[in-house]
Amino acid sequence: MRLRFILGEVLNGLRRNSTMALSVVLVTFVSLTFVGSAALIQMQIDQLKDDWYGKVEISIFLCPESSRNERCAEGAVTTVQEDAIRDVLEQGALSDLVQEVYYESREQAYDKFVANDSDGIWSSLTPDQMQPSFRIKLADPEKYQVVADATEGLPGVDVVRDQREIFSELFRFLNAATIVAAALAIVMLMAAMMLITTTIRLSALSRRRETEIMRMVGSSRSLIQMPFMLEGAVAATAGAGLAVGGLYFGVRYLIDDWLRGSVTWVQYIGAQDVWSVAPWLLVIAVGLAAVASLVTLGRYTRA
Amino acid sequence: MIRLDNVSKVYKRGARPALDGVSVEIERGDFVFLVGSSGSGKSTFLKLILREERPTGGDVYVAGRHLNKLSAWRVPHLRREIGAVFQDFRLLPNKTVYQNVAFALQVIGKSRHHIQSTVPEMLELVGLSGKERRMPHELSGGEQQRVAIARAFVNHPPILLCDEPTGNLDPGTSVGIMRLLDRINRTGTTVLMATHDDEIVDQMRKRVIELRGGELVRDQDRGVYGLERV
Repeated sequence: MRLRFILGEVLNGLRRNSTMALSVVLVTFVSLTFVGSAALIQMQIDQLKDDWYGKVEISIFLCPESSRNERCAEGAVTTVQEDAIRDVLEQGALSDLVQEVYYESREQAYDKFVANDSDGIWSSLTPDQMQPSFRIKLADPEKYQVVADATEGLPGVDVVRDQREIFSELFRFLNAATIVAAALAIVMLMAAMMLITTTIRLSALSRRRETEIMRMVGSSRSLIQMPFMLEGAVAATAGAGLAVGGLYFGVRYLIDDWLRGSVTWVQYIGAQDVWSVAPWLLVIAVGLAAVASLVTLGRYTRA
Repeated sequence: MIRLDNVSKVYKRGARPALDGVSVEIERGDFVFLVGSSGSGKSTFLKLILREERPTGGDVYVAGRHLNKLSAWRVPHLRREIGAVFQDFRLLPNKTVYQNVAFALQVIGKSRHHIQSTVPEMLELVGLSGKERRMPHELSGGEQQRVAIARAFVNHPPILLCDEPTGNLDPGTSVGIMRLLDRINRTGTTVLMATHDDEIVDQMRKRVIELRGGELVRDQDRGVYGLERV
């Protein structure tokens, strides 16, 4: 009886206030789409980091024959210096951070270079002009700076390079995109909150007669307030549903059908990531409606 | 059933009290008129019993409950023991007669079966059998008030509060409403009726409580509206 009553009231309220309810749906839809986008961008960043940081290495370039770098003023790196550097990496305090050390000699660097130079522009180069280097795989890629600081000043070292620097610009861009999406989400969520508050208030005012009688005959406060709360919650949840749908189709058409085909060297997030975001969007929607109800109802349906 | 012990009510600090040191006891099954001019404190009296307001001083007891100490979430239970009827009927315009009465039971969680058996009984008691499907605007004032009384009494509360129930009705119709209230009173229900209608009070010869400026000035068995007429 009560359940039927509540559901009937909710449907009535939504019908009576259909434009307001629809605007709540749309505003929550847009705001939660931004929230979801921000979350998905962050997931994409994490995915890229996992993927790329596993592959990239630190390169310690050693002094070549002739260099303008004053650290290399004494000429090419000597075997003794190379051994000293290797000792630092493999036996010293750094050994915990370093997973693998791989030495690339001048000849290997030259071979690699020639292999990539299919046009033959650089064919005048000789192996002697190449730089030997240590390629290092770190146990924890985040600890780059420690290794760089410890090796940079060693005799025979020209320059230490973290290949992650190549990606950092991209990540900065994606992080900025996240911030923009999150900021828009916050503004839209505030708008949604105010709209839900107004909707509930209008609904409560238009049903004042009913609530007045319910109070008079001894309805519990929860039964009086439940229909209004549910009205807000239903509208907000519908908005969350649309947002999940929007994100799902966004991922399918933007990423699956488009990017995955044209930019193939990136590991993308997929539809399953949308599903992992979806419950949170629902929680936010319901939470939003709950807060709006608490703020409003105390005043408009007193016991 | 209803007891006020030295009750005062001040709405605004420094303002004249709406009720000032009122002590009254109303027994189970009593029929009591509450009379007095506008602003004498009648509405406040009723609001205190319904616990729409709390007293500033003194104690209010209703149906065995000490209302000063009644927590907010117990208030609905108190209200289920009090039926209330108003001058302006307060029916839901978009519901039929039947639905208006049934509404009072729905919203306190009564079963459909209970509602289906109780509501027709109640409509018969108030003399509205056959008009279940009418809308309120299709009824006369007297009939609308009967619907309101049916709604107030459908849960068989031990107390019925009536705030000027005949205030919008012509004298002939009022007599019918008073007969109905008398009949309800005879089932053992305590009836407390605030009114301006001197003819009715004089005719019924029931207990009369008179308020003037928030003070109790008369409490008389088998009384009439104005003292000067005794």
